[in-house]
Amino acid sequence: MEQLTWTGSLGAVLDPLLGVAAVAVGVAALATIVLSFVDAPVSVQANADGTVTARTGATGLAASALRLAVLGLLLVLLGYVIGGILMPYGDAGIIGAMARRLTPVWGALAVTFALSIAFKRYLGLYGKLFDSTVGMVGFALVMFWVYTGIFGGPLGLIATHDPLSALSGLKNKLPGVPVPGAPDNGLFPHYLLGGDNLARDVFSRMIHGSWIVIQIAPLATLFAFMVGITLGLPAGYYGGRVDTILSFLANLVLAFPVILLFYLLVTPEIVQTGIPSFMATVLFVFPLVFAFVLINSRFRTQPAKRTAMVAGVLVVLAWLYLALISQAGTVINILPAAIDPITLPSGILVVFVSVVFVNSPTSFRIVRGLALELRTRDYVAAAQTRGETAWYVMLWEILPNARGPLIVDFCLRIGYTTILLGTLGFFGLGLPPESPDWGSTINAGRSLLSIYPHPALPPAIALLSLVLGLNLLADGLREESLKD
Amino acid sequence: MMSFLIRRLATMVLTAFCLTVVVFALTNLAPNLEKIAKSQAGARISDAEVTGWLEKNGYARPTLVRYGEWLGVLPGWTRTDEATGRETGRCILQGMEPADAPSFCGVLQGEWGQSTVFKRPVIEVVGRGLALTGKLMFWVMVVMVPGALITGVLAGMREGSKLDRTLSTASIVTTATPEYVSGVVFIAVFASSAVGLRWFNGSATSAMDQATFANFTLPVMTIALYGMGYIARMTRASMTEVMTAQYIRTARLKGVSFPNIVMKHALRNALIAPFTVIMLQFPWLLNGVVIVETLFNYKGFGWTLVEAAGNNDIELLLAVSVVSVFVVLVTQLISDIGYVYLNPRIRIS
Repeated sequence: MEQLTWTGSLGAVLDPLLGVAAVAVGVAALATIVLSFVDAPVSVQANADGTVTARTGATGLAASALRLAVLGLLLVLLGYVIGGILMPYGDAGIIGAMARRLTPVWGALAVTFALSIAFKRYLGLYGKLFDSTVGMVGFALVMFWVYTGIFGGPLGLIATHDPLSALSGLKNKLPGVPVPGAPDNGLFPHYLLGGDNLARDVFSRMIHGSWIVIQIAPLATLFAFMVGITLGLPAGYYGGRVDTILSFLANLVLAFPVILLFYLLVTPEIVQTGIPSFMATVLFVFPLVFAFVLINSRFRTQPAKRTAMVAGVLVVLAWLYLALISQAGTVINILPAAIDPITLPSGILVVFVSVVFVNSPTSFRIVRGLALELRTRDYVAAAQTRGETAWYVMLWEILPNARGPLIVDFCLRIGYTTILLGTLGFFGLGLPPESPDWGSTINAGRSLLSIYPHPALPPAIALLSLVLGLNLLADGLREESLKD
Repeated sequence: MMSFLIRRLATMVLTAFCLTVVVFALTNLAPNLEKIAKSQAGARISDAEVTGWLEKNGYARPTLVRYGEWLGVLPGWTRTDEATGRETGRCILQGMEPADAPSFCGVLQGEWGQSTVFKRPVIEVVGRGLALTGKLMFWVMVVMVPGALITGVLAGMREGSKLDRTLSTASIVTTATPEYVSGVVFIAVFASSAVGLRWFNGSATSAMDQATFANFTLPVMTIALYGMGYIARMTRASMTEVMTAQYIRTARLKGVSFPNIVMKHALRNALIAPFTVIMLQFPWLLNGVVIVETLFNYKGFGWTLVEAAGNNDIELLLAVSVVSVFVVLVTQLISDIGYVYLNPRIRIS
């Protein structure tokens, strides 16, 4: 097998087109901006005979040109993907081969978008997302990585090599390098994005890294929100001493530089003492408390129904809770292995706990601020007059009405959690050094960055695109939720 | 105003106190002390030798007592070596007669202790780091603040225009790029032999003595970019709000030209919110500083933090956390006071 080029024979046609389209987008965008200062805006004039005339002028022309150029650029990019899938392996270069490996992701994305757009009128806020371009772009980026994580991680469809095993002779080799002896020995014929300094496949490591992020970031954010909601609602609703104490504690954690906190919590010495396990025991109780209070406050007046529901939900949650906190090799290992369905790889629990801990005070502050604002509303007063309990008012009156800002912040915070996970990896904390997560890979690649940038760049760009997607998604959601 | 200030200062002291207790407790856990002993007396020493070393250096006593000594409210430990009869102690520095040493030597007396990693007084290490980071931050501010304000004002003066869309998207991209990503991309593009531009240096070590355009641009840009997007978005939000205000409409109806409206009527009011945001950005910038100084090997405050934390250098770590807590809380205070000062509608009762 020979070395792959970036775009192969497909590039002969598409590369010049891509260049032209990119330049056209740049020129058109610049022209639109400059003209918006100089030229009169597009105006619509009503005529006496009941018709309207649009005066487009140069501004309108530039806007149309920009639309066309962007469309052209997207078509060219689509051409790379379709060319890569249809042409025989190797002809479409590295880009084509990667597009082909990602075929299940493209399929899943297409199905998601087709279904969502078809039924968007029935899907509430989620459906409205597909009215905003920014929101759709963000959603596409996020779902791309979610599907890549799912198909690449547990299903094992995308990665070309084992992310941890090294192949001799491929150390620091450039993208598209052929694997010696492949495909006769059953290996994939190329390292698509080259080899890193331990001769592992950069592409496969990036794909496996996405699964780690997709698992941890949303779940950790959810746990942080549970803590934030369970403590923030009473702080905002009652005010007074509860608020003072909880706010002081939240500010205390926030005053710590995040990296110092990580160094204090995640080092092997601290893990040895079991502090992270104890923190997990405390932090992971909050979802249980939340679920109990949620059900209890609602069905308080129907004791039979309440007891049945509370018992059912709590048994399941408590089992999951015990399974999560009891891990072999840590100080807390109480659940027998036979009924312990959750076994985390070493280090994951510690990373998870520290990320939840860092995120909780911020979500506490947001929930507290919202509760403080919403408790003066009339529907709260009405519920209080009806004689509802405080927790009912907080969880069933205030919380549903705070959902808009909370959903938006949830998206942003997943992005921030992703950044935090990367930071942990960048300083080599928590996860084992050979772990394929993006932060650790960037950390491993940075020592030789000025000679071989290719091992560090793919995870960096992957992380950037995921966080960007989450930010755009949050922006789209905010825009659409404000329209109501 | 006075009672507000006093209350805030009291909170500050309480916060710093709680934080140092937490840091002290965590760094003095048994495995961490063992790590210090091994890093100071050799990695292969036996458990008995570890215990001996800890006893000899005053670590083998209750944490609370030693916290009191560090703070300077309890007298420092002294210990007479049975074999040589020499007296050693916390306050007895190298080459000092035991009789001359003060009995209290803690933070309250201005003694920050000795760094075990750098073998120098903590105050010297932190001071040097702060001076270097100060230089970095100065240039970051010089780039970031005007850049962010101009971007925000340009984007916010005509909401929904193409310029607004372009600049807003650019701001979102920069806020989504953590320092370790933008730093890596910058080094790969502008400093690697693979791309071949080689405009700047990939390391800022030489910038510690003499900062030049070539060795200081990348670290400054990396930090500035992350904060820039956020401040620009806040400025834009505040600018769009001001531009829809009644007095702007009045000015427009009077026939004031658009540049004049922006410069004379809108700008001052639009800059109140960004001021607060810039001040509140300091804690975040501190994070960026740690990452960038590690990535570019610039031995400032952030680098000192990583070294201290990585080697469990207790007294250095305590000093570093006190300084960073101080920075965070003081900037919060300045932001509150400045907000009131700039906005006459708000008065603190």
